[in-house]
Amino acid sequence: MTPTRKSAGSPPPRKGRGRTDQSHEAKASAAQPGGGEAGKHRMLLLHEMLRIRRFEERCVELYSAAEIRGFVHLCIGEEAVAVGVAQALTEDDAIVSTYRDHGHALARGTPAESVMAEMYGRATGCSRGRGGSMHLFDTSRRFYGGNAIVGGGLPLAAGLALADRMTGRPRVTCCFFGDGAVAEGEFHETANLAALWELPLLLVCENNLYAMGTALDRAQAETDLALRASGYGMAAWSADGMDVLAVEHAARMAAESIRAGSGPHFLELRTYRFRAHSMYDPDRYRSKEEIARWKERDPIDLLAGRLRADGRLTDEGWTDLERAVAAELDAAVAAAREAPAEPVGDLLRFVTTPSNGAGEGASG
Amino acid sequence: MTVECTYREAMREAMREALRADERVFLMGEDVGRYGGCFGVSLGLLEEFGPERIRDTPLSESAFVGAGIGAAINGLRPIVEIMTVNFSLLALDQILNNAATLQHMSGGQIQVPLVIRMTTGAGRQLAAQHSHSLEGWYAHIPGLRVLAPATLPDARHMLAAALADPDPVIVFEHGSLYNTAGALDPGSPADSAAADITHAAVRRPGTDVSLVAYGGSLPKALEAAERLAADGISAEVLDLRTLRPLDQPALTATVGRTHRVVVVDEGWRSVGLSAEVAARIAESAFYELDAPIERVCTAEVPIPYARGLEEAALPQAADIVAAARRTVG
Repeated sequence: MTPTRKSAGSPPPRKGRGRTDQSHEAKASAAQPGGGEAGKHRMLLLHEMLRIRRFEERCVELYSAAEIRGFVHLCIGEEAVAVGVAQALTEDDAIVSTYRDHGHALARGTPAESVMAEMYGRATGCSRGRGGSMHLFDTSRRFYGGNAIVGGGLPLAAGLALADRMTGRPRVTCCFFGDGAVAEGEFHETANLAALWELPLLLVCENNLYAMGTALDRAQAETDLALRASGYGMAAWSADGMDVLAVEHAARMAAESIRAGSGPHFLELRTYRFRAHSMYDPDRYRSKEEIARWKERDPIDLLAGRLRADGRLTDEGWTDLERAVAAELDAAVAAAREAPAEPVGDLLRFVTTPSNGAGEGASG
Repeated sequence: MTVECTYREAMREAMREALRADERVFLMGEDVGRYGGCFGVSLGLLEEFGPERIRDTPLSESAFVGAGIGAAINGLRPIVEIMTVNFSLLALDQILNNAATLQHMSGGQIQVPLVIRMTTGAGRQLAAQHSHSLEGWYAHIPGLRVLAPATLPDARHMLAAALADPDPVIVFEHGSLYNTAGALDPGSPADSAAADITHAAVRRPGTDVSLVAYGGSLPKALEAAERLAADGISAEVLDLRTLRPLDQPALTATVGRTHRVVVVDEGWRSVGLSAEVAARIAESAFYELDAPIERVCTAEVPIPYARGLEEAALPQAADIVAAARRTVG
């Protein structure tokens, strides 16, 4: 493969320190006019984002009712990132996710029923009750899991990409991580390795401004994350993570460029979680005004507003969408409640492979 | 055909065979290519297999071990070399939280057919940060298989079995063994069959006391057995070979034959592998014991540089002999 690092494609210019990238948003909107197929596609994006929003709102209810437990990290407010990026990937591409993984899994196509059953720790859950909220896996969709070590998925994603590059498969591996991960050595080691070896890796930084409760500027000496990534010799830019069209556009360009052999790309998506870090978090580290300001740019409202302006979305249409999502989630919750628990007798399964002679659940 | 061969050459031949046999196999690590391997194990492989398959990495243990895990999941069969177990701690997150854990966390959807090779152990005056024996830490972790080849046939043949294992395998090569030499029949079907990765091996039969050892301590245990034989004490030497999963029946069986046991471990005594072996024997063969279990381990210090201090810190054949004598009263 010819080294074409940085020169392939024409990625949008990396922006400076501004919080939103208006020119990028305008470009993305212009690229996809409201009518016809594009309009249908936007309705799909809206549906996908609403599924994730409502799924997680159900999780809050179920957690409060003590039906589901553990750490539950919600991505409410960040749905545009999951949906926009997922749209830019093909079935052959791979995704590595974080502990905030419900949105990524749902956007990838893992059925809500399967994810919900995992929240309940059921045998029908996508990780058979071993993973829970933070460790959703669906290898049939090349979804290689929620990784709950901050930055821990990055080297793994580089390896998935390495195998594709070594075997000449034109696939992209997409790794999601938060702004907190950029302070981890894992990020820097992986960025260096990926650029050095020109790996087909899409590094998607969900910059929601907080690493748990630590604000970006209290944790990072240089807060322009794309600038730091570009220091590794890879294409790197930022986009508005609240605008699903901007996300999709940026992710498509990056994925196409990676497929064309330009090596890894870094995409910073500026977004915000409307809720606390996890269900345990009292959220004392940011002001109500700040949260309210970001909620004015709710990704679902933003797209719905556009579709209404284009005449694609009516009140009735919105109601239909809500009903469809509610029906799907009602069914998912009902199925999860009734699903069998993974038998305790199977506790030691999946530690090692049964055929390898160690004996499953061998005590060591 | 028997050839004169070192442990290092046996290991290299094992890798060469694996690389030839399966195009999914590749070697990755610090200085494995142009340098020829930090300990010379991969010397010449770059010329034969090229830089894609004999892949020099940056000094980024976490990234290249994690990349090995990802590549294994995605269809390849990586052999990842880490210079020493001390440096592997920089990749411990990837080994423990990903390699060992993904299969379980995913409900069986993911397997990680990865082999990680690294050196371990002291004896070359390299001081604390290059000399520790931490294989017991890895043997603590469910989801891993941990090997410690100590003989030429094991060095030659264990790798193939490790690569055939669908789960992550860690191979510990004691630094003092690389130059050990002997006669080896590289194609011997008997050797390759004997070098399995599940069972311990009796390296010397005996009737009076069992010396349980592995890796770099095996030659010392064998030397101790020789000295004991001169005094009329018949020592059986059991080579653990596989530190996880431990071969419990072999431990029970050797104590059943000798009724006395000395556990030799270059790791530290406290909360170490020797403690696990001793506890297993106490659990499974307590009533076979005619004497308290003895342990010969490394002194509880970071390994020092000075020769005299280093020798004093490590288990030596004389220490093993003394411990064995105590068991026979």
